[in-house]
Amino acid sequence: MKRKDFIKNTMLGVALPTFLNGISLKALAGTPFMHALSGYMNDDKVLVLVQLAGGNDGINTVIPFDQFSAYTNARTNIALPENKVLRLNGFDQVALHPSLTELQKLFNDGRLGIVQAVSYPKPNFSHFRATDIWMTGSDSDKVMNTGWAGRFLNEVYPQFPNNYPNAVMPDPLAIQVGSVVSSTFQGPAFSMGLAISNPNNFYNLIEGKVNVNSNSRWGEQLDYIEEMSLKTDQYADVIKKAALKITKQSDKYPAPGKNPLADQLKIVARLIAGGLKTKIYMVNTGSFDTHSKQTDDADKTIGTHANLLKRVSEAIGVFMDDLNYLQAGDRVMGMTFSEFGRRIKSNASGGTDHGAAAPLFYFGNKVKAGVIGANPIIPINATVNDNVPMQNDFRSVYASILQNWFSLQPSDVQNILQKDFAMLPIV
Amino acid sequence: MEVPQVNSGIKKYRGKWTKVQVTHLLKRTMFGAKKEDIEYFSSKSLRKTIDELIDTIETEPTPPLNNYNDDKYSDPQIKSGDTWITATKQTGMEVGRRKNSLKSWWTGLMINQNKTIQEKMVLFWHNHFSTESNNVDNATWSYLHNKLLRQYASGNFKEMVKAITLDPCMLKYLNGNNNNKKAPDENYGRELQELFTVGKGIGSHYTEADVKAAARVLTGFRIENKVLPEAHGIFDATRHDDTDKQFSSFYNNTIINGRKGKDGEQELDDLMNMIFAQEEVSKFICRKLYRFFVYHNIDEATEKNIIEPLAKTFRKNNYEIKSVLKELLSSRHFFDTANYGCIIKSPIDFCVGLCREYNIQFPNNDDYVNQYAFWLNIQQTAAQMQQNLGDPPNVAGWQAYYQVPQFDKIWINSDTLPKRNQFTDRMINNGFGRQGNKKIVIDPIAFAQQFSNPSNPDMLINESIELLYMTGLPDKEKQYLKEGILLSGLQGMMSDHYWTDAWNKLKDKPDDVSNKKDVANKLKKLYQYLMNLPQYQLS
Repeated sequence: MKRKDFIKNTMLGVALPTFLNGISLKALAGTPFMHALSGYMNDDKVLVLVQLAGGNDGINTVIPFDQFSAYTNARTNIALPENKVLRLNGFDQVALHPSLTELQKLFNDGRLGIVQAVSYPKPNFSHFRATDIWMTGSDSDKVMNTGWAGRFLNEVYPQFPNNYPNAVMPDPLAIQVGSVVSSTFQGPAFSMGLAISNPNNFYNLIEGKVNVNSNSRWGEQLDYIEEMSLKTDQYADVIKKAALKITKQSDKYPAPGKNPLADQLKIVARLIAGGLKTKIYMVNTGSFDTHSKQTDDADKTIGTHANLLKRVSEAIGVFMDDLNYLQAGDRVMGMTFSEFGRRIKSNASGGTDHGAAAPLFYFGNKVKAGVIGANPIIPINATVNDNVPMQNDFRSVYASILQNWFSLQPSDVQNILQKDFAMLPIV
Repeated sequence: MEVPQVNSGIKKYRGKWTKVQVTHLLKRTMFGAKKEDIEYFSSKSLRKTIDELIDTIETEPTPPLNNYNDDKYSDPQIKSGDTWITATKQTGMEVGRRKNSLKSWWTGLMINQNKTIQEKMVLFWHNHFSTESNNVDNATWSYLHNKLLRQYASGNFKEMVKAITLDPCMLKYLNGNNNNKKAPDENYGRELQELFTVGKGIGSHYTEADVKAAARVLTGFRIENKVLPEAHGIFDATRHDDTDKQFSSFYNNTIINGRKGKDGEQELDDLMNMIFAQEEVSKFICRKLYRFFVYHNIDEATEKNIIEPLAKTFRKNNYEIKSVLKELLSSRHFFDTANYGCIIKSPIDFCVGLCREYNIQFPNNDDYVNQYAFWLNIQQTAAQMQQNLGDPPNVAGWQAYYQVPQFDKIWINSDTLPKRNQFTDRMINNGFGRQGNKKIVIDPIAFAQQFSNPSNPDMLINESIELLYMTGLPDKEKQYLKEGILLSGLQGMMSDHYWTDAWNKLKDKPDDVSNKKDVANKLKKLYQYLMNLPQYQLS
């Protein structure tokens, strides 16, 4: 992959505002340079969002161990064996998928928690719409144009991108690794995020690799434009500097390319430890859309879903290990999310169809580990229509992070999420 | 690494004639390649296409209008909505407004161009016979100059040079109007040679004495009817130096004999004949056309294989511009894939091309106030990117067309590149707005709609790239666009149907607001991304 991929993606979310949206900028120019919330700029806490794209099967991720026969009955073709699931210290009713060994360790270590049955009223079963709801933080029947994290960043850095970067915030407000800037970071007028689409681009940037398209007329022109993009990119330099401060990371990372999520999180750890003041990082992995054959026929503990979860577990495990090695672990909290869970009953193809609520994981040295909420009730004779009902609104998770991790005032949290959501004891 | 030499010659291209070749030809000869235009010409042969692009006779456009009355000012002579080119008066109050009207109008002509090379040629000649409207400061003259460029755009170059010599705008801009026997002004006499005809190439050896001699030949031409619509250049024998003019060995020691009285005007023809007897004129113009239409660098191979035969054609055809345009644009060299995508779009090509390729809807003629205002938005955007239509930086035109070795790379710097990205971001998101909810903005759904099967994410991406880029994009990146944008992170072939479903739902249930928004947002992200890639800067 070429350096240009990095460059172009860094350009995407970063609007450089000389005349873009003149009207909005005028409006912004009227606001005081430093917002009342600017105190939080110097707070070094970081949030890492791990998106599990496609709708993760929550019931085979966090298994309702207390209802094992109902569980097995509902999922005859994919149920995990009772003796293979991973048990959690102090929480006998709940078990984890056998692939989640690293998450089990973190849980037992007090550094990972589970929020049960997360969703929202009137859940939507379309990937795109449901993803949009999670990213914007909207109600199911409302369409919002801004992302929840974008609104948060806009509260803290109200004039962005006008006069940014600056001495107080020299770094990107949010960084997405592994895809384009998601709507999570969409602010009222501008995206607050910057994207590093491909890990290789990141390494090419920091290693200063020069592109070599020059063996053709168009390629030579392209190289020039790319070089200019790099010079133009206000953030390329700070990213490079931060990265170069870290010369060694945990040796537990899998080889590059083996686990894309680990590759992404390795960059995140490096940038955090390298001193970027960036508040939020987002990474993603997929595809959890397991409509068919989500397990091996003979051995239900292996197969597609097991591999997907293994990646997540391994990546988060080594990420936490690395952060502690780099002495940045206490500053970081993370959470996983997926646009929806899957149906209680498995389908005839050995898979599961789009469902409603699902558990999510949160992690970090400073989190309050535990299981929030109860296992979903698995009907004795589950039908195709049975869904996991919501226990916790996903915006309660956001609210708890904003208020108890980023220390925002409750009124600001309400303003960002546009409603009052119950706090969860996650941090 | 060295850019390899491109050896294909000037002989007629007889290879494949598919959408790729048509797109290349249209991106170079028009402002952007519109899907419907590509399809239109794909069904014809290369020869028919070239003939149509170059031979089609353009009717004179409706002249620029008074779009500029407002609550602070009304033109005392010209009603709103009427053309101001008939005005017999022009005060400081009007000039600025009319100059902007002219720039809007001209930009509108480019945006609404016919399927011909005309508008690209007008821009070519505007750069070649550079005049600055701010300096000339007379909107009527600038309009007449523009009209002249249109008239000769693909006409006879020698006649064009003569007409330019008598053009009030040029007479003002290069001081021909002040050039008289008592105080000859060398300005036009110099640029006529240095910039307009023989140029400064290695084969051009005119001397300072030639500049002085030419200036003396040109004494006596001045502007008549200065502010009237009938303004024109005339020959005023009382101001003419009727002595003999001696030229250098470069011009074979030609002596232009001084002529008395009215006959003095004929010295101009003598001068034209002397200059156009130099082969260097044909080479100079062919090099400039090559740089405008093909590639900035002319190496030895190009000089020998392309410029020389082309210049010969030019001379053989008595400087008919069409003859060289046709030969160059039908050549193997032009259609050599090595020459695809190797021009950095000029700001005007970039901005106008975007409007055309995305088929952006501007208000119609009834709403000329908003229409002109939006055209001016586009013109000013290009101006911020360093190409101010109507006001090139100086008499040499824009540096990007002549400055060795940078040429068109000059368009891209740390100021202009972000501006290009901001413009594309803006056009795909909010566009430009005016009171009353008037807007110019890309409609991503309408754009995607025109492809053969937009419900198939691979086909949608491929066809979008084929239309927007000449350079293609690696498969890995296309995959990334699909999964990362159209599929919200879903991967694998099995997931394609989610995009298909969303697109089909949009067709079946256009009232489903959240689905429509979702599809529109994904398309916006896709096209925003594609326009942010450096490939989009190339034509």
